[in-house]
Amino acid sequence: MLSRRIIPCLDVRDGKVVKGVRFRDHVVMGEIVDLALRYRDEGADELVFYDITASPEGRSVDRGWVERVASVIDIPFCVAGGIRSVEEARAVLHAGADKISVNSPALERPALIGELAAAFGVQCVVVGVDSLRDADGEWRVRQYTGDPTRTQALPRRTLDWILEAQQRGAGEIVLNCMGSDGVRQGYDLEQLAVVRALCHVPLIASGGAGAPEHFHDAFAQADVDGALAASVFHSGAIAIPALKQSLAAWGVNVRP
Amino acid sequence: MGVVLVDAGGTNIGSVRYALQRLGVDAALTSDAETIRTADKVILPGVGAAGPGMARLRELGLVEEIRSLTQPVLGVCLGMQLLCERSEEGDTACLGVVPATVRRFAEQPGRRVPHMGWNRVRRQREHPLLAGLGDDEWAYFVHSYAVPMGDYALASTDYGDDFACVISRGNFHGMQFHPERSAKVGARLLKNFLEL
Repeated sequence: MLSRRIIPCLDVRDGKVVKGVRFRDHVVMGEIVDLALRYRDEGADELVFYDITASPEGRSVDRGWVERVASVIDIPFCVAGGIRSVEEARAVLHAGADKISVNSPALERPALIGELAAAFGVQCVVVGVDSLRDADGEWRVRQYTGDPTRTQALPRRTLDWILEAQQRGAGEIVLNCMGSDGVRQGYDLEQLAVVRALCHVPLIASGGAGAPEHFHDAFAQADVDGALAASVFHSGAIAIPALKQSLAAWGVNVRP
Repeated sequence: MGVVLVDAGGTNIGSVRYALQRLGVDAALTSDAETIRTADKVILPGVGAAGPGMARLRELGLVEEIRSLTQPVLGVCLGMQLLCERSEEGDTACLGVVPATVRRFAEQPGRRVPHMGWNRVRRQREHPLLAGLGDDEWAYFVHSYAVPMGDYALASTDYGDDFACVISRGNFHGMQFHPERSAKVGARLLKNFLEL
């Protein structure tokens, strides 16, 4: 059967991999290709690259590093960052990306999801969702989270948006729970489980991984298809081979 | 001469080309019938939908050309599906060199569509395309439609039901997963194809 995926996420800013806490205060973690190769060698199932400043700056992702990654990496990778049109998506896919992920531009113009699905098939189209619980208890989406000065809270409920994204042709959803992101206390299992119940395409958990148990809980309790993390992998706090051994011992189906 | 990649608008052409480069082969990207006809090996990549994929091959005048090829041909992902007779995707007539109808995965409890991620490739038959591989390997899949089992199946994958993940019929071969994104196993499969 299909295995559960472990997905290091590389936030890209000015051609380097960076990591912030709660989406702020970015620190340079290393060179894109070096980190990509390291994770490939360690057994990562997939990589996600977010050009985190592309959308707030109103530009599309830089193709140069996509080509460099594609030429050396033999595992799948997804690219996100300010992709606003079929033509921009085509350029990124032709540069060698396997999937493209849209977030803020899809919120600006939801029809983009359907256009991408029609052009490339739903399996290429990932919708990233940044979600935060508001004071009234509802989860709602955030836009332009790559730049704290431009981040906007939208009236759109996270659950409504995930249903709409699937109807429009999303082939995968990455749910980033901003309330738990960067603080390593575990994924937001409550939110993930609620979303899982109405998400019929692959669902990837994002935000909050701090220990191997957190990955297990996301798979076992929220039934997500993949778990994404950044800082615990970049810092070496969690090594992917040991993580996969633990998950296998706990009965999670992972690729060795 | 050499290895050519048929440029039918498939979006994984870049990554297949890079995978071949890692094996020391510089494949030409072409949609020219004469170049395809005289190549040693022909690869039909493809990510996308069956209807637009076939429409593009028709526009390029390549449908009969590909059907009549006698050298080893490899279809990858959608490229493999296009080798079949029909696809349920848009009810599309395909190239018809493998006697199969491509079917959409029915959603079942716990089976999400698309089938996306690493799954096992289980050998069903001996074939030079599978040389050096174990009976049970991992490969990376991204698809919503699949080729049912049949005597053309060299290997199978279990996603609720078994489907054919490596097929072969005469000089035509197909891989449903992405060898260019399936780490060492994928590289070995591509190398085996290049040595057919």
